[in-house]
Amino acid sequence: MSLVEVLAPGPLTLLEDAGRPGHMAVGVGRAGAADQDSYRLGGRLLGNRPGLAALEVTLGGLHVRAQGDLTVCLTGAPAPGSLDGRPVPHAAPFTFRDGQELRLGMPPTGLRTYLSVRGGLAVHAVLGSRSSDTMSGLGPAAVAAGDRLTVGEAVESFPNVDVAPVPPPGSGTVELAVLPGPRRDWFARPEALGESCWVVSGRSDRKGIRFEGEPVERHTDWAEAELPSEGMVRGAIQVPPGGQPVLFLNDHPVTGGYPVIGVVRSADIDRAAQLRPGQQVRFRWENR
Amino acid sequence: MAGPIPAAASPAPTAPTAPTASASGSAVHPRVLPMGDTALLVQVSDIGEVLALEARLATLVRRGEGVWASVDDLVPAARTVLLVSRPGADLGALGTAVRDVARTLDADMRTLDEDKRTLDADMRTVEIHVRYDGPDLDEVARLVGLTPRQVVAAHTGTSWQVGFGGFAPGFAYLVGGDPRLEVPRRAEPRTRVPAGAVGLAGQFSGIYPRESPGGWQLLGTTDAPLWDPDRDPPALLTPGTTVQFVDVAARS
Repeated sequence: MSLVEVLAPGPLTLLEDAGRPGHMAVGVGRAGAADQDSYRLGGRLLGNRPGLAALEVTLGGLHVRAQGDLTVCLTGAPAPGSLDGRPVPHAAPFTFRDGQELRLGMPPTGLRTYLSVRGGLAVHAVLGSRSSDTMSGLGPAAVAAGDRLTVGEAVESFPNVDVAPVPPPGSGTVELAVLPGPRRDWFARPEALGESCWVVSGRSDRKGIRFEGEPVERHTDWAEAELPSEGMVRGAIQVPPGGQPVLFLNDHPVTGGYPVIGVVRSADIDRAAQLRPGQQVRFRWENR
Repeated sequence: MAGPIPAAASPAPTAPTAPTASASGSAVHPRVLPMGDTALLVQVSDIGEVLALEARLATLVRRGEGVWASVDDLVPAARTVLLVSRPGADLGALGTAVRDVARTLDADMRTLDEDKRTLDADMRTVEIHVRYDGPDLDEVARLVGLTPRQVVAAHTGTSWQVGFGGFAPGFAYLVGGDPRLEVPRRAEPRTRVPAGAVGLAGQFSGIYPRESPGGWQLLGTTDAPLWDPDRDPPALLTPGTTVQFVDVAARS
């Protein structure tokens, strides 16, 4: 049986997969890899069937050892990887032999690197998913030193792809397309969200990205209004009374009581999931 | 994380007693609000309409025909039902379909009866045994002008119904209980509410599935296993379930 043995997890390494849809009505969110595009690319490059669990490594620092010969792949934030001291490629499969050690450094841009293994990581599934949900506590615990993660059986044929030419996450100002949200009319000037530059706060996590900038003010008609809690989605931008927006990511609360001014276009949410604290964002309003 | 928030800012003076109560009396005219390119937020006027609409939508989603095949999640709340679909779904068609369903809820009593039958078939009654020794029992009694004993009698005197979840796995907002038990949340939320605590807030009653912070007025505690991810379904209190609170002290 092949294993990935964790020697050091870095700041935060979680098991994630395609997510856990279908249980929101009982308070369970979808979780799953924050940057789904990068996660899926890793699985595709290895010929995995969709939905197998991979490691989501936040800001590098992961140090693992192979037990048995493995084929692995790094996608997402380009954390420099080294195999027994020699550099490994990004977004390209490579062999990780029995006893070798793989270390990930700090990515120069982006936040989350995916280490995918051919065959997937076969941890215990909860409600059909192997994702860690940091909101509800469901799914596997955060990866810790000493963990031995079993590798699943590879059943698919190997794909004929050597390297995927994907651009790394940007380091400068990132633009995100926003569609009108259900409570856009609660704000004095919703367009204000798109007029200033927002800075990603250090208090951001998988539940949501908090932004700092010129507060978005409520419309006077709604200044004192309270919203009965309502269902939320990944990508929703909630604006609490302080006027500093929060962009919900995969572990967002299932319901929320602050008005949603807009929702980031689904194609852009994966890029949002790679934003680093201190990075700047511009929102561009779109109308479908 | 804040505690469960009573979902209605100014709760209705009387809570609905049956899921179709308000829908059978007046028309259901939902507002279909945008929620990005994979979801719609459907707003109706009260929890009764939410439950009627949600029951009908859940049946359609379960069958999974036509536009309903794209819907992964239905999230009922105090005044809204969120429909979450997969990328690429035709939200325009979905919105039209939701409006059509809402119309038939009102206009076609046969459909309504059918829904009610579906609901009855799905509906389970769960007895929750409670030790009414909560730290807020006296305060609740003072707030509503009853004795603590009368509060317990009111809480156990009529059944409640699961309205919606969403705060935490296994947590359910229970509706349709004795309308005299409407109380505000505590001014100061507790930093630690034990698992199994049974509380009141606004028009709702609820049980904390696990230890968490919270601002509900606590009447007592139960040992009922509200949440077990290895059970199917993992939540004891699923939408539509009828809940009957039972006073352990009165039974023994």
